[in-house]
Order: sequence, then structure tokens, then C-alpha cells
Amino acid sequence: MSQRIVIDPVTRIEGHAKISIFVDDFGQVSGAEFHVVEFRGFEKFCEGRPYSEMPGITSRICGICPVSHLLASAKAGDAIMAVRIPPAADKLRRLMNLGQIVQSHALSFFHLSAPDFLLGWEAPPATRNVFGLIQSNADLARAGIRLRQFGQEIIAVLGGRKIHPSWAVPGGVRSALSAAGRETIRAWLPEAHATARVALDLFKQVLTTHERETQLYGNFPSLFMGLVAADGGWEHHGGKLRFTDSSGSIIADQVDPQDYRTVIGESVQPSSYLKSPYYLPLGCPDGIYRVGPLARLNLCSHMGVPLADAELKHFKSLGHGAVTSSFLYHYARLIEILAALEFIERALDDADLAGTDLRADAGINSLHGVGASEAPRGTLFHDYTVDRNGLLQKVNLIVATGQNNLAMNRTVAQIARHFIAGTKITEPMLNRIEHGIRCYDPCLSCSTHAAGRMALHVRLLAPDGTLVHEVVRD
Amino acid sequence: MAAKTLTIDGKQLSAEEGATVLQAAAEAGVKIPTLCHLEGLHDIGACRLCLVEVAGGPKLLPACTTLITEGMEVTTASERLKNYRRLTLELLFAERNHVCAVCVANGHCELQTLAGQQGLDHVRYDYCFPPWEVDATHRLFGMDHDRCILCQRCVRVCWDIEGAGTKHVSGRGGKAKIISDLDDDWGDSETCTACGKCVQACPTGALYHRGSTVGEMVRDRSKLEFLVNAREKKLWSV
Repeated sequence: MSQRIVIDPVTRIEGHAKISIFVDDFGQVSGAEFHVVEFRGFEKFCEGRPYSEMPGITSRICGICPVSHLLASAKAGDAIMAVRIPPAADKLRRLMNLGQIVQSHALSFFHLSAPDFLLGWEAPPATRNVFGLIQSNADLARAGIRLRQFGQEIIAVLGGRKIHPSWAVPGGVRSALSAAGRETIRAWLPEAHATARVALDLFKQVLTTHERETQLYGNFPSLFMGLVAADGGWEHHGGKLRFTDSSGSIIADQVDPQDYRTVIGESVQPSSYLKSPYYLPLGCPDGIYRVGPLARLNLCSHMGVPLADAELKHFKSLGHGAVTSSFLYHYARLIEILAALEFIERALDDADLAGTDLRADAGINSLHGVGASEAPRGTLFHDYTVDRNGLLQKVNLIVATGQNNLAMNRTVAQIARHFIAGTKITEPMLNRIEHGIRCYDPCLSCSTHAAGRMALHVRLLAPDGTLVHEVVRD
Repeated sequence: MAAKTLTIDGKQLSAEEGATVLQAAAEAGVKIPTLCHLEGLHDIGACRLCLVEVAGGPKLLPACTTLITEGMEVTTASERLKNYRRLTLELLFAERNHVCAVCVANGHCELQTLAGQQGLDHVRYDYCFPPWEVDATHRLFGMDHDRCILCQRCVRVCWDIEGAGTKHVSGRGGKAKIISDLDDDWGDSETCTACGKCVQACPTGALYHRGSTVGEMVRDRSKLEFLVNAREKKLWSV
């Protein structure tokens, strides 16, 4: 008989999701599907709007990573204007993206994921959250919250507000970095560095006691995709696309994001509003690839800053070829925080950031433009087709969580196979499944451009489709 | 001209014959909310925000087009009037697609400011979500009918001040819209001088400079006032 158990409080992913786990006649898990059950329709209702309004509109897709949409959209606008933006504007956009990476990664690590491996998988859900973390390790929790605040402060210093700044525009940015803002960031950097160091040391300790999780949480071969610099270094805003396989071999490199359609296909599953992109030459589902921190670190040859480069060396030693365990997304996230802090420090000494030439002006010079940027969760594409007056005719958004969709399905199945026994889902089992999803730090609001609260709904289905067991958290 | 004496909100005052209630109130320091009124343009009473009560009659009258009379007793801020103003604003928001958060006029919009002043925190009516389109054919300006409240400032400034006569209103009721010439694309208008006065006059984000992003449309009305003053005081000897 199916049973419905409501578990409060809310779980820790961004959006509204459902998981179906399929069991065979022998009670073994045969597969799993991660469904995103909400729909918002940005791609549709943006049609007819002027391209210049798109950064403002699309940044409203998400309150966690509005900057990612803002920047990708502004870049798509640059492509429609066919301009190369002033160097100062590019550097300022990069600085804001670094702030975004720090704040979002800090949120993912400290607020959403750390409670699982620091408080324990079996800890009661009522305390297995950031508040429980505050109770058990107040200094760490406070430092994590402050680190996120630091990233948001960078966004606010540049864009005038922490969330939804309308600052990046087609052709450049609206304002430079003020001297006072520069000093605010500089003064905060040592504390941010110290927190990143503490978190890295802590997570390395976690790894020694979580070998099972490292082995079982989304550990499988797949491709990896992301932006890399011309020299193969870590990239977060410019650069071109690279694909590698799980042995670490490059299978496509320096693909201009404008031509993403030559390497990325999108499939649609009837059970989810989340699209499943795949590497086109291999088809779906063989073209499964992962994006985000794990992918970016697998793809790049070096970070380009000393502290993060030392960590990257250790990270790469954890894999054979590529690092294939999704549990190590957390480690990759922390290394990226460190790299971002080092790049921010370097940027502050750049006189260009106070420049006055910030915005290129041009008409409609191309009827099609793609903007790609590395959002904290992975590569984000905004693909616009406009008419000769700059009104949107077609909008295609490919977001990180969508690109990780196939991998998340596989991760859920892998965890379920190992931790689900019988026909009943216990709370710790549910939490492990959730954590498999959490490794990817999915943003379901972004992925379906959908509104929603953080909720999870898991169903265990028999071969004939009958519901064996169901657990809901909302 | 003879002076008339009247009472506005219990305040006794005198104003010149031929003045409107809105003008008399302004002189006496009484602020009546307006949207379609703009200094220098003839008033048409389109927005109904300036409705006032006049003793002796049940009808509400627009202050901008009602002339003062001797002994008139005007009330500008009764509960009934506040309710009507709020209702009028709610209907304006419900009728078209106003999305302040992503609007080019966010923070500089008279409709938004007025809604704030009148305590409008939600709209009680279903939104109509009409499928309006944006006219982005002009090389300098854009017209987004989603944000138009049909105040006709653009029409009046085009006729009264610029004298080009490009802007008109077509249709009726909810389907009424501002058009250029004979409902041509604005970019194809033969009469438009691209002076931009309509853009400066617009109270919302309906008329904007092309390429504007969120909150960037800040209007400069001083130019319109300067032109009207210069013309009325005959500063130019053309």
C-alpha cells in the first residue's frame, strides 16, 4: 500500500522536485528519475521584448544567481550589437561574477550541504540544517554566512544592490567600482581567505571519513563541459567551450559559445519540465555530461593563482584522468572560492576598474546572439534571435542544472541502489538521495526558470507502475 | 480679470476667474494627485485621478478641467475620493501589463510613485494581460503599449508644443492605443520630427529611449516648461 509521509522542515535544494525510483520484481532498484515539476515560461513570454530589457527580465529567473543571468544576457546583447565591450567593463563584469561564485558556493557549502556531512546523515531533520550547524559549530556557521555576505557585498558595491542589480547591460556596464567600494572589498579579503582555508581543511577531513559517499554519490564516467581560457586555464566568464571525457582526454576544444548548437543537443522528457542537454555527437543519453565546479576543475590545466593551483593539484590526484565522483563537487566548490578570492585580490589593484569608458553603443548588427558565462552551477547560455528592431523572436536558455539533469538521474539511481532496501524509504535514505542531488547544488528555479519552494517528493514504483512507497517533504 | 473666492478643504482663498480648481488648489498649497496633467499642455481630464467633490452636486469633477466659481466649496481628500483614486489606480494596473521590477521607468515613474503615495499594496482585480506589442521601429525611441495609461500627454505635447501632430489615439475603451500618423510604424512616420518631447512627457515607461535598461528612463521636464514659458512670454522673435 502506498503511504504518504509529510516531513517538515523544508529540505535544502532550490526549487520544487520529485524523484521516482523504480524497483524490479526482485525488489532491486532498476532506475530513477528526477522530475522538476514547475514551469514558468520565460523563453515564451520574453518574446516580443526589446533585447536591451533582457538582462533585467532574465535576472528575475533566480534570486540566488541573478548575476549569472544578468551577465549571460548582457553578453548575448553584446553579440546582437556585435561590439567588443570596453576592457574596463569586461573586467568589472568578471569581478561581479567572482563575487557571485563566492556567495553562491558559500551558500551551497555552508547552508545547504555541510549539515549533512558535519551533523551526520542520520541526524534529525529538524536540526540537520544551518541552524543546527550554528548550534554545534557557531564559529564555522558564522564564518560561512559572512563569506556569503562578502560575495554579496561585491555585487552590491558594483551593482548598487545584492539581488537583481540592473548593472550589466548590452554593451558593457552602468557604473565603475568606487574607491570606497574597492577598500570595502580589500578590507574584507583576509577574513574571507581564512574562512576558505578552514572550509578546505575541514572538507579534506570529511573526505577521509566519507570514502563510501565518495565512491557512491554520483561516481560514474561521463563527459565534462565548461569554458576554458585560450591556454586551457580556469575560466569563469570569457573563454571557449571544452569537453573532456572521464579519462581526462579532450574531445572538443575551443568551441565558440556562439556555435554551442554544434556540440549540444537538448532532449525533453515527458516527466519533467527540466530539459536534458547532451553532447550532440554522441547522442542522448550517451552524450551525458556534467557542468559546474567539478567539470571546470576537470577541464582546466591550471587555475592561474597560486593557492588554488596547489589545491587543484591535490584535487586532480583524487581521480584517474578526471575526478568522477559528484561528492567532490563540494571540494571543487571550495577550491573555486579560493581561486575567486585570489582573482578578486588581483583585480583590486587594476586601475581599469575605475575607468569611465564602460558602455559601447551600437544598433542591431546581428539578428542572433549567444551569451555564455560560467554560473556557479555551470555554463549558462542565453541564445536570442531578434528582428531588425531588436525585439526578441526566439529565446533559448540552457542552464547548468539542466545540463546536469542526466547526471543527477544517474546519481539518484546509484545512491538508491546502494541505500534502499525493501519497499520503504526511511528518512536517512531520503536524505542520502537528496544529498546526491545537492552535490550538484541544483537550482530548479533556474533550470525550469520556475518558481518554487524547496521541496522533495520521492516515489518508489513497482514494474507495473504501481506506487510502492511515497515520501513528501514540503 | 475678476477674482473669485472659494473654499478648498475648508481653506478660504481667491483665484482669478478662468482658473481651474487644480490651479487654485496649487496656488493655495493644496496638492491634488494628477497623472494626465502636465504644465504647459491643455488639460483633458483623462486619468480621473484629480477628481474632487463640489458641494451642491453628487458628481465628482476632475479638478484639472473644472473652472472655479464664486462661493464654490471643494473637497479634495475625503474617504470617498481616496477610495476612488485607489480604485482608478488599481484599474490602470490591471488593464495593461505593468511590471515595475523590470521596467525602464522603475523608480522614476509617476504611476508607480502615485500608487505608493496612495498606499496601493495590491490590486483587487484580475489582470487583463492584453497582448500588446512594442513599437521599436523608430531609430531613437520605443513605444511599449503594455505600459501606456492613455493619458495622452504624448499626443498633446506633439500637437501643442512641437506642432508635428504625429501622435493620435485610435480605438476605444480597453482597445484604445496611441498611434503614429495613420497607425503606421513609428519609424515610418512622415510627420515625426524625432524631437523626443513625447518621451520626456510620458509619465510611465511607455515611451522610452531605445536601448534603455531597468530604471534608466529619467525624464527631464524642464525642457518642456522652458519651451512653453519662452513661447508664452514671447522670448523669441520669430
